[in-house]
Amino acid sequence: MSVQTLPAQESVEFSPALVSFIEEWKDKPGNLIMVLHRLQEEFGYLPRAAVIKMSQMIDVPLAKIYGVITFYHFFKLNRPGKFNIQVCLGTACYLKGGQDIIQELENLLGIGVNQVTDDGLFSVEAVRCVGCCGLAPVAVVGGEVFGKVDPEKLPEILAKFKGV
Amino acid sequence: MALNNYCLVCGGTGCESSKSDDIYKKLKEHAEKAGISNQVQIVKTGCFGFCEKGPIVKILPDESFYVEVKPSDAEKIVSEHLVKGRPVKELLYKTADDIAAKSEADIKFYQKQVRIVLRNCGIIDPENVQEYIARDGYAALEKVLFEMTPEKVIDELKKSGLRGRGGAGFPTWLKWTNTRATPADQRYVICNADEGDPGAYMDRSTLEGDPHSVLEAMTIAGFAMGATKGFIYIRAEYPLAIHRLEVAMKQSREMGLLGKNILGSGVEFDIEIRLGAGAFVCGEETALMQSIEGKRGMPVPKPPFPSVSGLWGKPTSINNVETFANVPVIILKGGDWFASIGTATSKGTKVFALTGAINNSGLVEVPMGTTLREIVYDIGGGIKGGKAFKAVQSGGPSGGVLSTEFLDTPIDYESLTKLGSMMGSGGLIVMSEDDCIVDVVRFYLEFSVEESCGKCAPCRIGGRKLLNLVEKVTKGTATLADIDTMKQISFAMQRASLCMLGGTTPNPVLSTLKYFEKEYMAHIIDKKCPAGKCKDLVTYSIDKEKCIGCTVCARKCPQGCITGERKQPHEIDQSKCIKCGACFDACKFGAVLVS
Repeated sequence: MSVQTLPAQESVEFSPALVSFIEEWKDKPGNLIMVLHRLQEEFGYLPRAAVIKMSQMIDVPLAKIYGVITFYHFFKLNRPGKFNIQVCLGTACYLKGGQDIIQELENLLGIGVNQVTDDGLFSVEAVRCVGCCGLAPVAVVGGEVFGKVDPEKLPEILAKFKGV
Repeated sequence: MALNNYCLVCGGTGCESSKSDDIYKKLKEHAEKAGISNQVQIVKTGCFGFCEKGPIVKILPDESFYVEVKPSDAEKIVSEHLVKGRPVKELLYKTADDIAAKSEADIKFYQKQVRIVLRNCGIIDPENVQEYIARDGYAALEKVLFEMTPEKVIDELKKSGLRGRGGAGFPTWLKWTNTRATPADQRYVICNADEGDPGAYMDRSTLEGDPHSVLEAMTIAGFAMGATKGFIYIRAEYPLAIHRLEVAMKQSREMGLLGKNILGSGVEFDIEIRLGAGAFVCGEETALMQSIEGKRGMPVPKPPFPSVSGLWGKPTSINNVETFANVPVIILKGGDWFASIGTATSKGTKVFALTGAINNSGLVEVPMGTTLREIVYDIGGGIKGGKAFKAVQSGGPSGGVLSTEFLDTPIDYESLTKLGSMMGSGGLIVMSEDDCIVDVVRFYLEFSVEESCGKCAPCRIGGRKLLNLVEKVTKGTATLADIDTMKQISFAMQRASLCMLGGTTPNPVLSTLKYFEKEYMAHIIDKKCPAGKCKDLVTYSIDKEKCIGCTVCARKCPQGCITGERKQPHEIDQSKCIKCGACFDACKFGAVLVS
């Protein structure tokens, strides 16, 4: 019986580096999660068309892949903003007011957790411990870590990224 | 020309996020400009542990310990200290009596610490294998390969009394013996670096500061168990640690310390990195192996234990990062030496991530048997802002909360378990009178419920039910009967859950019901939150006597619900108040009251 997969709704290009990574891992046991990581690194999230293409390349059924993607928090199915704002809600940050940062971002950007601003610039995400508990509360904006964040300083931090 | 100074810059994640990389570059730049770049070696090291005061720069040989350094300070450090030999006084750490500490020895934070696991963190450049070797690195591996038998290695570990540092405290030698004893054509060594407890970062700092110690230990484990393949399962959220591991593995392979014929001994061992993807349950060993196999990380029933049937059905030993980091030292200094540190049942040291309402948050390594008081007050410098101590939480979402009466309990595996908490991986979160215990319990339950894989009903349904009940308490709608229901559900979850995640989810609930019953009662009977954290139970009002009508609170209020004329007492419209506390924080006259 031949395996039927859904046709890709949109065409998607894989870079040569990505293709060679998938080829390298294709036959290794337990490769799925590593390949998904690489795919997300490439696109910033896991676009459906790309997952379908990958599923054919490593010969794993789409249903199984989505089962894995949806189990792990790290994998994203929607495109994040240009600057993803990760607010740490580990214990130390929670106690020092991580929730207030989320609240203030909601006020400033008009979006809640896991949403993207209309201009596609910012998205907000609540994350587990980023491991800088000494700097609590912590927010990571576009990969840059900000420690001891005071909600009142947030407009200043955001402005820095708006101009980029 | 000989080197006059070593300049060590902390390159841990905490300090890097406070621009330590810029400091490093600036130091190099200014040393170059001053023409002394051949007289000083500037090194980016792993974590010094004193994260509260980061970024940290240390100058050898005089051991000056600079804290809270800014990139703009680099010029002064070079021109004053490195060129003229005069320490920059204003950057030195100030002790409680406001005296500048000359070196780490003068700093209370370090005085009670014993560094075995963190022996190289903050000392060597983690991306340079030569520096690790210079500190006796790979000497243990050489000793094992050429002077010891696998049995002898396991024997030494047995003598040392080393137990798993991931939380449960299973004897390491027994795990290795069982794995070795199972006949198989392939065995696996796994390093569990899926450090998921919120508020814990010991493993990350170890891997960032001393990656080779873990690689060396895994190779020793491979030799002892007859395994040729190892996996490091690490959180994808730790990019710096992953990078340093990759660099370290490349260097080790090039030097023949990993691979087919290690140091010409004929022994084969190699390591592969596998990334986690943000699932807390994958810290559980059977779930972790499912994840390495590329599946959903759901636990499977034990037995069979991994030492019999583990990864891809082969005998597998899974040890934690910190456990591994102890191994090379045990081999070199002997099991008896290691066993001389600690308590009767718990040997060696434990690394804790000390955070929360404490003055000196950071990474501390102390001998087993050190009391909480020593950690909180001597090392941690007491509670922030002079507040009263309320509790310490250990063991993350699986652990418990300990109150003041246990401050003098020596910490080891048994004492913590007896008190209804657990060692866990090493997060110690200190809480003050400003923190609400019930709210903290709600936080942990929310975490465990979200992280439950959903496979078994006690965890999936029980956790949700518990959370609903605790939420009722925080809203002031719970009854005393709800407390009994909470205890019943907890009892069922402890006994019937498939894995330790479900089995330990009720721990925060049970330990707080035991030691902080009063706080639950205040919420349920008096409808009050003593710490003022549970918003549904708090009302803000303005003391008409104290209010001078400065209008600051009215301007800060996001709801615009504070009214009043300038220089006249103000008032809060309770129907519109969202209890954000902005007015309380803004008032300089103590006129905003919380009740």
